[in-house]
Amino acid sequence: MGNESPLPRRLASSALFWAAMALSGILLFNFCFTDGFFRIEVRDGRLYGSLVDILDRAAPTMLVSLGMTLVIATGGVDLSVGAIMAISGTVAAALVARPDYSPLTKLGLPPTLAVAAGGAMLAAVLAGALNGALVAGARIQPIVATLFLMVAGRGVAQLLAQGQIVVFRHEGLAFLGNGSLLGLPVSVAIVAAACCVATALLRGTALGLFVEAVGDNETAARHAGVSIFGVVFFAYMLSGACSGLAGLLVAADIRAADANNAGMYAELDAILAVVVGGTALSGGRFRIGGTILGVLLLQTLTTTILTRGVPVEYTLVMKALVIVAVCLAQSSAFRRRIARLVGGKP
Amino acid sequence: MIRRLLSSENVPLLCTVGVCLALYLAFGTMLDGFFAPQVFVGFFSENAFLGIAAIGMTFVILTGGIDLSVGAIVGCSSIMVATLVAGGMHPLAAGAIAFAFGTALGLAMGAIIHFFEQPPFLVTLAGMFLARGIAFVVADESMSISHPFYDLLYQLDLRIGDVSVPSMTLLYLGLVLLAWGVARCTPFGRTVYAIGGSEQSAVLMGLPVGRTKIGVYALSGACSALAGMAYGVYTFSGNPTAGAMLELDAIAAVVIGGTLLRGGSGSVLGTTAGIAILGIIQTAIMFQGTLSSWWTRIAAGALLLGFIGLQRLAHARTARH
Repeated sequence: MGNESPLPRRLASSALFWAAMALSGILLFNFCFTDGFFRIEVRDGRLYGSLVDILDRAAPTMLVSLGMTLVIATGGVDLSVGAIMAISGTVAAALVARPDYSPLTKLGLPPTLAVAAGGAMLAAVLAGALNGALVAGARIQPIVATLFLMVAGRGVAQLLAQGQIVVFRHEGLAFLGNGSLLGLPVSVAIVAAACCVATALLRGTALGLFVEAVGDNETAARHAGVSIFGVVFFAYMLSGACSGLAGLLVAADIRAADANNAGMYAELDAILAVVVGGTALSGGRFRIGGTILGVLLLQTLTTTILTRGVPVEYTLVMKALVIVAVCLAQSSAFRRRIARLVGGKP
Repeated sequence: MIRRLLSSENVPLLCTVGVCLALYLAFGTMLDGFFAPQVFVGFFSENAFLGIAAIGMTFVILTGGIDLSVGAIVGCSSIMVATLVAGGMHPLAAGAIAFAFGTALGLAMGAIIHFFEQPPFLVTLAGMFLARGIAFVVADESMSISHPFYDLLYQLDLRIGDVSVPSMTLLYLGLVLLAWGVARCTPFGRTVYAIGGSEQSAVLMGLPVGRTKIGVYALSGACSALAGMAYGVYTFSGNPTAGAMLELDAIAAVVIGGTLLRGGSGSVLGTTAGIAILGIIQTAIMFQGTLSSWWTRIAAGALLLGFIGLQRLAHARTARH
């Protein structure tokens, strides 16, 4: 297919096209069959409705996927995001719920929102830096290097929480989970800000290009003078920071940190969203917009299943079918076979 | 002879066995009663179902692939058997159905990976969602099993002196020997190693690469289904959440056992030593009594990191030669 191919054909071969079609299909289904799906009300200066709820629920996955997009673009993968979410949530909760136990209080820092969030983010960035050092510094395969933190991270979170669910009452931290900003949930505002910053950072500067260069062909990038270590290390650190923020939101939402279950399967959802959004697992070109679309598609699917009264159990089955369908739609081998079956040109 | 034993291929396995022995001796001198033979059997019997799943995982990793669906198939098979037995079916027939399901799911994943050239990581992730979803559709909570056949299996054991080896441990050790034989002495096993070494060369040599790759995932599915049944015998129940994160422990055991994650080198015996190491750490933490069980995960993670570093060094050395 060169540049000459007709528009419909080019559209059909674009990965984003299928994700967008699937999303519109689900929205259309809801428009026709679910009462009040598109209704948005204003109560106490805050918007309520299924659409707002989808955005709110999707917020943590969106943040994790943002970091994951960058990591996958460098040709790697970060399996430890769920564990980092658990660590950051636990650190924040422990800092506000057990101030006398925290080392920061001894330094004269009160358990404020800034201290809790700062401590949590610091832990998350450190975890991301560890991944980055293993992958970029020690040149260990990404799946393996991040598997280490995935296995050990939850253990560390459990130790911090002393094996319990850390429940807290804290105005500031709870505001992150349940407050509203300009009518939207705070989480949505944070995600919007994070997406804007990421886009500005990656597309406004040459950084995005460096990331794509490393993912596409590492040797070529090195010869072109790109610092492979710097770029890959940065990607994993950013992924850690994004997961940390997501963990903070999840803990703030339920006003407790559950080291065992927070961020469970987050890595899988994030990888799924990134791939559905048209970023190839082999690295290279990435699409932040596509990832956002992928997350929204998955969350809309989940919310639709819930509001239709279909048992929750089917969500996982539906997700599996979506992955297989999208994988196959993007696979050139599959397209060749179908083309041969239909009798069109191979 | 010694030279052959110390060839670079055997170094990771020897390291694993060395760590295994060192840990055993260290904990044995520190903790009272750790050297009792029954405790030694416990290293394997505590983790028999993990071990069975890790056998299949070893083959998949030897081809350079990965199977994330292992834990979910364990859960799915355990709840399937429990539901069918509760419905009046004989455990053997129920087991056969779960076994067929696991194998078929593995076969389907292998076919998608091979024919449509999809990354194993992603396809088995879909398989994991599917199997876990089906498990919850079958029954959304734990279900107990009561059947005379299960009582029989549970009580069945091999007695050596006053040490008893439970039936599921025997099954596990038997499967290890069988898998070792298959890997060493059959064309299938040799093709598995060849694919891990270089898939392209294996194709050029005319080896049945496609059939073997699909077969490896089917084998892993079958092992996971068996592991689910073993879980049922241990707990007298089926549970749709059984085996959560089991795939991680299985991968950890395989890597600690000296199998290279890029494939082509390693063995089922190494994985068994890896399982023993995990068992030793768990048992020692239980014996010690004051440490929380979370240290098991942290210790496993640290060991994993150590062995990955070791693989890295070994790889750097062979690359230089």
